[in-house]
Amino acid sequence: MTLLTSEADVAEEVSGATGPLIVRGGGTRAVGRPVTGEVLEVSGLSGITLYEPGALTIVAQAGTPLAEIEAALAAENQRLAFEPYDMTGLLGTAGASTIGGVIATNASGPRRIQAGAARDFALGVRFVDGAGHVVKNGGRVMKNVTGYDLVKLMSGSWGTLGVLTEVSLKVLPAVEATTTLVIRNLSPERAVAAMSAALGSPFEVSGAAWIDGAVWLRLEGFASSVAYRATSLQDVLRGFGDVTRTDDADWTRVRDAVPLHGLPTVWRVSVKPGDGPDVIAALPEGCQSMMDWGGGLIWVGQGEGDGAATHRIVQDVVARLGGHATLMKGADDLRAAVPVFQPEAPGVAVLSAALRARFDPRGILNPGLMVA
Amino acid sequence: MEMPVPDSDVLSRKARVVERLRSVLPADAVIDDPMETRAYECDALTAYRCPPMVAVLPGTTAQVSDVLRICHAEGVPVVPRGSGTSLAGGALPTADCVILGVARMNEVLETDYDNRFVRVQTGRTNLSVTGAVESDGFFYAPDPSSQLACAIAGNIAMNSGGAHCLKYGVTTNNLMGVTLVQMDGAVVEIGGAHLDSGGLDLLGVICGSEGQLGVVTEATLRILHKPEGARPVLMGFDSAEIAGACVGDIIKAGVLPVAIEFMDKMLIEVCEDFAKADYPMCEALLIVEVEGSDAEIDDQLALITEIARRHNPVALRESASPEESARIWAGRKAAFSAIGRVSDYMCLDGTIPVSELPYVLRRIGEMSQKYGLPVGNVFHAGDGNMHPLICYDANKPGDLEICEEFGAEVLKLCVEVGGCLTGEHGVGIEKRDLMTYQYAPSDLEAQMAIKDVFDPRWLLNPAKVFPLAVSQPRRSALLAAE
Repeated sequence: MTLLTSEADVAEEVSGATGPLIVRGGGTRAVGRPVTGEVLEVSGLSGITLYEPGALTIVAQAGTPLAEIEAALAAENQRLAFEPYDMTGLLGTAGASTIGGVIATNASGPRRIQAGAARDFALGVRFVDGAGHVVKNGGRVMKNVTGYDLVKLMSGSWGTLGVLTEVSLKVLPAVEATTTLVIRNLSPERAVAAMSAALGSPFEVSGAAWIDGAVWLRLEGFASSVAYRATSLQDVLRGFGDVTRTDDADWTRVRDAVPLHGLPTVWRVSVKPGDGPDVIAALPEGCQSMMDWGGGLIWVGQGEGDGAATHRIVQDVVARLGGHATLMKGADDLRAAVPVFQPEAPGVAVLSAALRARFDPRGILNPGLMVA
Repeated sequence: MEMPVPDSDVLSRKARVVERLRSVLPADAVIDDPMETRAYECDALTAYRCPPMVAVLPGTTAQVSDVLRICHAEGVPVVPRGSGTSLAGGALPTADCVILGVARMNEVLETDYDNRFVRVQTGRTNLSVTGAVESDGFFYAPDPSSQLACAIAGNIAMNSGGAHCLKYGVTTNNLMGVTLVQMDGAVVEIGGAHLDSGGLDLLGVICGSEGQLGVVTEATLRILHKPEGARPVLMGFDSAEIAGACVGDIIKAGVLPVAIEFMDKMLIEVCEDFAKADYPMCEALLIVEVEGSDAEIDDQLALITEIARRHNPVALRESASPEESARIWAGRKAAFSAIGRVSDYMCLDGTIPVSELPYVLRRIGEMSQKYGLPVGNVFHAGDGNMHPLICYDANKPGDLEICEEFGAEVLKLCVEVGGCLTGEHGVGIEKRDLMTYQYAPSDLEAQMAIKDVFDPRWLLNPAKVFPLAVSQPRRSALLAAE
């Protein structure tokens, strides 16, 4: 494997490829159906190419470590508002997330419910498609409707449509203060009711999770504003039990699904928030779960047990409710045997397959990772 | 504006097409009398007009599917139309097309406050989406200036923005799902009341595709609880440079106003005349709005006005009442109508990096001298989305052409400094031929590949977005095949 350090290198490598390529950034996301092929490592394309704090935009090569970007932003008192998760703890992987990997997998954390997903903050991309052509789309301005939006299409395409070489992102100011309201010992149903009440209030809740049986509600902003909204929200939620306040809640526990670390099989499920408890109720005995996004994101973990059977149960209930379930962690043989990503409705699957065939005509970019 | 030659074969089959459409639609939903089809000859880009062959106004998704299936079978181009407020000619007909208007599909299908979404038929106007939920304290965030008239269908097609998207994002950030009818009549559901896609993000591609990939008949939209309050502050400065520097400092200070709007002297005058908002007369005016409780607003505005004072404002005034706030916004949102009272104009919406604002405004001023046409500037300063309004006289031969040349030079400048041709209005026909300035052939090829997948025969909303020369090989190949 040659070290790729430029977009031209990537284009040459892809066009010259004679077989499947495994597109790799930091190597932290061993997710999807196992792919066999030659590793195409993009971590050599690294570095922030432009950062304008006054314009709330940053542009970086795709292989730039996420940590480097977050450090640069922190120095200007800004941040990535979509709160990208770190999967190394859950998946037991080494390495460090790259910004390309974050966008390619649309990796968003708890603040997604308020601020938006990674895809919402992606302003522009450059990528090499499966034929080796360099393509750019979007740009570095916050509003851009010039032509079709391939930025969204590339976000969450897991390297199956093209190899990202550069991304530009919208960033937001960091906040002065953060506080968390906690209500303990709530059932999933009561938890979602409490979170819906909070998210349906004018107090701009920026995180709403159910973890270890407790609801966590996060408020962020200027200190005086956070204090005011915390008090107001406590009033709204009084009927759900004792509402305590802490400034020390560790939201990376929610973001990275820490309570499920160590379990061999883990799913990430997106449904409408009110359906979260239905997903949990359908789980076989022995599964552990936690909710984020006000109930709309359910992390499910299983220790011992038939992973394939649970997988079917989870994807079936989600198909009925509307949404999607992804097997985020599982043994290779399980991931090879089941549809890791939620099967799409037939009409949608046809469109997706046709897009893949156009962007990757030889079927060499992470082939089969998303769909067998 | 060059348009493809109408297909004489299609025109010769008009009677048959009309008959087939009548067989699936109510009698009053098929319009083929040339006197009546004239009503659909243009959208808000009135410089270009072309009556369609037929206009249809279906009332259900099933009827839309029937119409598209028939047009697909007959090889008839279809131009989808929301309320016809496009400033880019996004709904301009071709002489051989069927205009498919969704105006009769305007119901709210589902309102769910616990899960914070509404599902609506897309003929519903933007403002009436909020109208359906505001008595319960909720609102739909994207707020284009034309929100009283513009339809959600058009908002989705153009990925419309608005004054408040600095905080709330544009349409694509607030759109959760669509019912899409494809050109062959197939109906697919994409997205829904849950967040994000489990597979490829087709929703993200459909939003902003200018009606070229399918007709969106129903949409699931995110709604939010209204803030407790909102208050704008007016700041006047001696120059655009100073106003621009003030915007940068506000953003860097960690405050995120819900809107930062800019107006230059010409716009201040016409808007003041129109709305009596008591705007200060100055070279550059900023309207900065923040939200929250009264105390939260006080705190944020204290910080913002402190920053503004460092830039020696010639005027600095907080709104003192909800009525005054409403007048301040009425003036800004009426900017296009206000200038329309005094002149014909062309409105551009190129977007630039915020740091380039002073330079670009200076260059636009120089171009105004060169072309001999006055220009007013009003724009969303927080996100660099400009709106130069170039005034011309539609009755003076050659004036429109000069205006278009001026506009093209402005948009090329936007691209040159790192921005884009259009921030929220869309490409339509207006900016179609400038696409090659922003995108290389391989970039356009990738976009056209998406068109090929969704609409293989290129029948939906023809002659928009892609320069005709760029799409010519595809269209010729299709003709040869047929």
